[in-house]
Amino acid sequence: MIMADVAIKLEGKSRRSLLDDVKALLPEGNLSLCLTCGLCSSGCPATGLEGMDPRKFLRMLVLGLDEEILKSDWPWMCTMCQRCVYVCPMKIDIPQLIFNVRGARPRDERPKGIRNSCDVAVASESCSAMGTPVEDFKFVVNDVLAEYREAQPEFADMQAPIDKVGAEFFINQNSREPMMEPDEMVPLWKILHLAEVDWTYGSRAWAAENYCLFLADAKNWEHLVRKKAEMATELGCKTYLNTE
Amino acid sequence: MPKWIREGKLKPSSEWNKDLKIKFTVQDPCQIVRKSFGDKIADDFRFAIAQAVGEENIAEMYPNKSNNYCCGGGGGFLQSGFKDQRLEYGRLKDEQIKQSGAQYCIAGCHNCHAQIHELSHHYGGNYQVVHFWTILALSLGILGPNERTYLGDDLKDVNVFHPESALY
Repeated sequence: MIMADVAIKLEGKSRRSLLDDVKALLPEGNLSLCLTCGLCSSGCPATGLEGMDPRKFLRMLVLGLDEEILKSDWPWMCTMCQRCVYVCPMKIDIPQLIFNVRGARPRDERPKGIRNSCDVAVASESCSAMGTPVEDFKFVVNDVLAEYREAQPEFADMQAPIDKVGAEFFINQNSREPMMEPDEMVPLWKILHLAEVDWTYGSRAWAAENYCLFLADAKNWEHLVRKKAEMATELGCKTYLNTE
Repeated sequence: MPKWIREGKLKPSSEWNKDLKIKFTVQDPCQIVRKSFGDKIADDFRFAIAQAVGEENIAEMYPNKSNNYCCGGGGGFLQSGFKDQRLEYGRLKDEQIKQSGAQYCIAGCHNCHAQIHELSHHYGGNYQVVHFWTILALSLGILGPNERTYLGDDLKDVNVFHPESALY
C-alpha cells in the first residue's frame, strides 16, 4: 500500500459539486454503491502515482474534496483503460468520472501536449494531430506506392486508393507513418491486395488519431468524429475501419 | 485478417519459425478487446498470430485478454508531459513482457507500439514491438527489406522478399 505524503484534512461540511455532476451519470455514477473493496486499485497500473489510486479518487469525490481532486494531475495519468470498471462488482464507471474531472479543469490549464494535438487536428483538413496537409498525404502515399510497384513486380497492380467511391472499407491512417516512416504503411497494403479487399483512404479526414477525446473537449471530439464519418459516408463506404 | 485467413484468401505459413522458435507475446488493445469486442476478438487475434508464428511460439502475458493491463500509452498519456509517471505506469507491462519470455510483443495499436518500444529501451528488456501486419506479411513471404524497421537482428534476414531492393 502506498500512502500519500500529506494527510487529507476533512473540514466540516463537504462542498459538493463534482459529486452532484456525477449523480447525473446514474447508475454508473452511483458512488454510494462503492463497497471500497479495492479491486479497482489492486489491478490499476496508475495506483501509487501522485499518492493516488482509483478507490481513493472515488472516496475523495464522495467526501466532496473537489478542490484537491481538481488540483491533482492524477486524472491525466489514468488512461481510462476501463480495467477498474471491468473488475468492479458494482460496475462504477470510474473512467467516466476521470473524463469529467479532466473536463472540469479550465481548457488552457489542461496538458499542453494533448491540447496542441487537439487544436492542430481541428484546424487541419486531414484531422491530423501533426497537421499533415492533404497534399502531402496524397504525395507520400502515391510516391511510396509507385516505388513498391516497381521494386516488387508481384505487386505491380497493388492499389492504395484515395477517395475511391463505393469502396467497402474506409481505412484511416495514423499520421506518424506517412510523415515519419512511410515504409511501415506497405505491409498492410500488401495484405489488403492479396486478400482482394476493396478499400480506400479519404483525401480529407484520413487521420486516425483524436486527441480531443483525451483532452475531454467533447465538442471538438465530436467535431472530428463527424468529419471522419462524413468523409466515409460521402464516398459511400460501408465500413469504417480504425487501425488505431 | 483472421476472417481472410479462414476464407483462404491469405495463406500464412509459420515454417520460417519452426527452427528459430522466436516467441511472440500479445498486447491486447484495451479499446478493441476490453472496451469493445471482448475475449472473442482476442481469441480471433491469437488464431491469426498462431498461423503466422506457430501456436507453440505464442508466449502469453498474464493477466491477458479482457483482463489485460494497459501499457500506459493510452488516454493521451504519451502527449501529457508526465514522462516519469508514464514510465512508472508501464513498469507493470514491462515486467509482464519479460516474464512471458517473448522476444517480440505484438501491439494492435499505435499508442501501445510507441509506449512499449520506449519501455523496452528504458528498462533494458531488449524485446521488440511490432504491428501484427508486419509479422503476417513475413509469414506470407512478402515482407521486403525496407519494411523491417521494428524487427530485431534475429529477423532482419529471415524470409526476405526482394532482398535486392534493400536501401542500405
